[in-house]
Parts: sequence; C-alpha cells; structure tokens
Amino acid sequence: MQYSEKVMDHFMNPRNVGEIEDASGVGTVGNAKCGDIMKVYLKIENGIIEDAKFKTFGCGAAVATSSMATELVKGKTIPEALEVTNKAVMEALDGLPPIKVHCSCLAEEALHAALWDYAQKNGIVIEGLEQPVNDISEHEEIPEED
Amino acid sequence: MTIYFDNAATTKPRKEVIDKMLPFITENYGNPSSIYKIARENKTAVDEARDNLAKAINAKANEIYFTAGGSESDNWALKGVADSCSDKGRHIITTAIEHHAILHTCEFLESKGFEVTYLPVDEYGIISIDDLKNAIRDDTILISVMFANNEIGSVQPIKEIGSIAREKGIVFHTDAVQALGHVPIDVEEMNIDLLSASGHKLYGPKGIGMLYIRKGIKIKPLIHGGAQERNRRAGTENVPGIVGFGEAVKLASAELEQESKRLAALRDKLIDGILSSIPHSRLNGHPQKRLPGNVNISFEFIEGESMLLLLDMKGICASSGSACTSGSLDPSHVLLAIGLPHEKAHGSLRLTLGHFNTEEEVDVILKELPPIVSRLREMSPLYEDFIKNNK
Repeated sequence: MQYSEKVMDHFMNPRNVGEIEDASGVGTVGNAKCGDIMKVYLKIENGIIEDAKFKTFGCGAAVATSSMATELVKGKTIPEALEVTNKAVMEALDGLPPIKVHCSCLAEEALHAALWDYAQKNGIVIEGLEQPVNDISEHEEIPEED
Repeated sequence: MTIYFDNAATTKPRKEVIDKMLPFITENYGNPSSIYKIARENKTAVDEARDNLAKAINAKANEIYFTAGGSESDNWALKGVADSCSDKGRHIITTAIEHHAILHTCEFLESKGFEVTYLPVDEYGIISIDDLKNAIRDDTILISVMFANNEIGSVQPIKEIGSIAREKGIVFHTDAVQALGHVPIDVEEMNIDLLSASGHKLYGPKGIGMLYIRKGIKIKPLIHGGAQERNRRAGTENVPGIVGFGEAVKLASAELEQESKRLAALRDKLIDGILSSIPHSRLNGHPQKRLPGNVNISFEFIEGESMLLLLDMKGICASSGSACTSGSLDPSHVLLAIGLPHEKAHGSLRLTLGHFNTEEEVDVILKELPPIVSRLREMSPLYEDFIKNNK
C-alpha cells in the first residue's frame, strides 16, 4: 500500500489540527471499533466558514483526509462547502489506496455532521443536507473507558 | 539509517547463511535425485542440513521433511492428519490465537465436516491446561497449539500439552515458526509429534520450511508427485534454501542460550523504558513467558498505522495489530482474544528484536517513540475527551 505525496504531506504536516472553543457547529463521526474517529469544528459567520479545525483518531489516510477536508471548506459558503464531497477530498489528495476510500467518506460525513449541528443550533434548514447517520456525539456512542 | 525491529515478520539472512547457499545457486545446481557428481554433492548438502535441523529439536534426521515454508507445513500437518485419521474421529483442538495458516486451514477442514474447538487464552495469551483437558473428546484426533505467538510472543506450556496428548493417544502438532532457534525445543521431552518451522524467521532464506513428523505418525501427503522426501513431499528439493535453513539453524542453536539472554535484556529495557515514559500504555502478552525478542504494547487514544508511518519517517521498521495494517476492519484476532477492547487493539505496536539489533538502537526507539505518541494524542478526539472527563 502506497500513499501519495500529498497524503503523506497532509499526514506529516496536518493543517487545522485543534479545537474551536466557540464553534458554530461540531460533528463527530466514526467509531473506535473500526479504528477511525473524526471530530470537526466549524466557525461560521454571515454564512461563510471562517475557520475549520479537526481532531482525528485513525490511520494516515484518516488524518490526511481530515486535514484536506477542513482546508477545502475554509472561506467557503455553506452551499459551496456541501460540494466538498469525499470524491473532492480524494482528488485533492491525488487519490487514496482502495481500502482507505472509507476515510474520505468519513471526512465528508464529519463536515456534514458539523454543518447539521450548526443548523440545529440556529434553527435553520440547509438545503441538500441530511441528518448525518454517523454522528456519534448525537447518540453518545463514544467508547467507554476502563 | 534503518532500524529494523520487525524480526517476527522476517529476518535479514546472515552472511554465513548466504555464503553457504551461494555455490548451490551458481555451480552446484544439479538435481539431488540425479546420479552424477554435482548432483551427489547436493544430496550430501541436503543431508547435512537435515541433520542440523534434527539436532536442533532432538529429532532423527529421517523425521525431518522439507517444505516451501511454515504455511505449507501447517497445512500439511492439519490436512494430512485429518485425512489419515478421519476414520478414528473428526474433532480437532486448537487455539484462538493461532497464525492464519492454522486458523484458515481449520476453517477449511470445518467446511469438510471436521469439528474444531478453539481454546480461549487468558489475558497474557496463554491457554489453560484445564480447558484443554475439558475439550478432549473420544473422537479428538489432533491437538495443534502454537509454540510461541507471533504477535504477543506468549510461549505456551508445550511440555504439559504434549504429555496430555500422549496420555490420551492424540497426535500433537505445534507451529514453532516463531520459536525455532529462539527458545529451546526438544520433541522427545515435550512429546511433540509434528512441528512446523520456517527458514526466514531465524536469519535463513524465505521459501523454505520443514515439518517434523515423529516416526510412526500417520499423515497423508499434501503435495503429490515425485518420490522426494521419502515419498511424503513431492517436488525437486530447494537445495539453496535447504542449505541456508540448515546453516541458519546450526548457528541459532549454537548461540541460543547466549543470544536469548542478550535479547531478553534488550526486550525488558525496551518494555520498561516505554511503559515508564509513556502514560496510558500497557504490555500485551506475558511479562516472562514470552519470546526473548518480542515487545507488544498498546497505547490508548491513538491508532497503530499512524504510529508506524511516523516511526518509518525516523527509519524505524515496526508493525501493529491495527485494522489498517491488516487490510480489514478488524484489529488483530490475537489482541481481541486476550481481551483488549477494539480501540486498544488498534493502538498496538509490535517491536521484535533480533540478531542484528543493538542496545543503541533500543535507545533510539526510547527517544523517538514518546514524542510520536504525544503528537498523535494531541490530535486525537479520544484523548481530548479523556482529558476533559478527568479535569
């Protein structure tokens, strides 16, 4: 299995790692059982995504797709952000090995979960955005510690 | 600079081994079954290697059969015994932590109507003798328990298992791929009937293995064809491989006592160093009953493949039981069998030391690893939750 140079760059030097304290929307997807959890924070002002940050538990591809997805949505309007699909993230990273494609799907779902959270908090409807099935913070499926 | 800490995956062949093999690749290419001089010399070299292997495990030379590797030996042992003993019974006992060469062969045999009991292991990866005794039935034909585990290094109570199998008249096979040349093996003292081993785990070449078959044990061939290996394993002998395997086992046997002490000291330094410098880490496997070169540690809140990539950037070769490194969504079956929850199994790191490793290299790992773990924890949402919940 070989990662592209872009994937390695975004894994070694991930952009936007961290939290946003007063985030407009936060989404967490994935689960520890399958080995990937992504948490995306968005700061949205006047319909523009002013800032995006993430925290990820997962493999190299999971970190790189989180990094790229947050990078791609920064400065975009919400409808534009919805166009940042898993395919767009993968293309921006010059592709992913086949068994890692699910990481790019998770990145898209994490963005959608954060946008959904924003919409819920502000009582608005974002056209074309469906409730994310994978948002584990909604269902509190965070794995128990022992 | 490369630091190779993945000796359980494969080992670098030793110079003595390569030197011994070379003439059999270049000049002595004859088929050992032929009668002319260059072929006869090869026959002698194969006999010498067979002697070396027999001596290493206290067997007789005519009980050693060369194969193409550990997987073939495991397949042969299980399918061969199943085939020859099916009139006696169709029940096989093995463990939950075997190598896939055993587990997938058992699944195949199940599809052919055999029944398999997979013994559980304790938190250290060791089976219970009581569980074994309770699993034995009147129709049990084979017990197959690995000598030492490839992931967590736990060494099974082989001698006790052997004596139970002998007492009950059940054939006992052990997959000793990780053990040969690393821990003492005596097929007589341990009542082992069949034993699989491989050349490339002890600084020999790849593509060569052996199955020890105790005289009198009934086992059907797996590979049919010519009369090689006393009619039990067809195919022109892999002379360079056999010669290399023989030399490797000779060296390993001669150095075993001293080398296992040296490696165990490095291993324990590595384990103690990691556990004391990195919080929320745990040793997988037994602290003492483990292979001298095996270190397996789980780090909470992080995932194994990320760790391997960052280690690779520092020139350090290691492996992990995470799903991402197995090509499936499930982490290692061995780590799950010792009771690790999925998230801790995903965060495991295996470092396996060998002949070429030095204390300086151990020091490099101890220096490089903590910042790598910290860096990944800094970006882990699980660690973030843990810190918040414990404030």
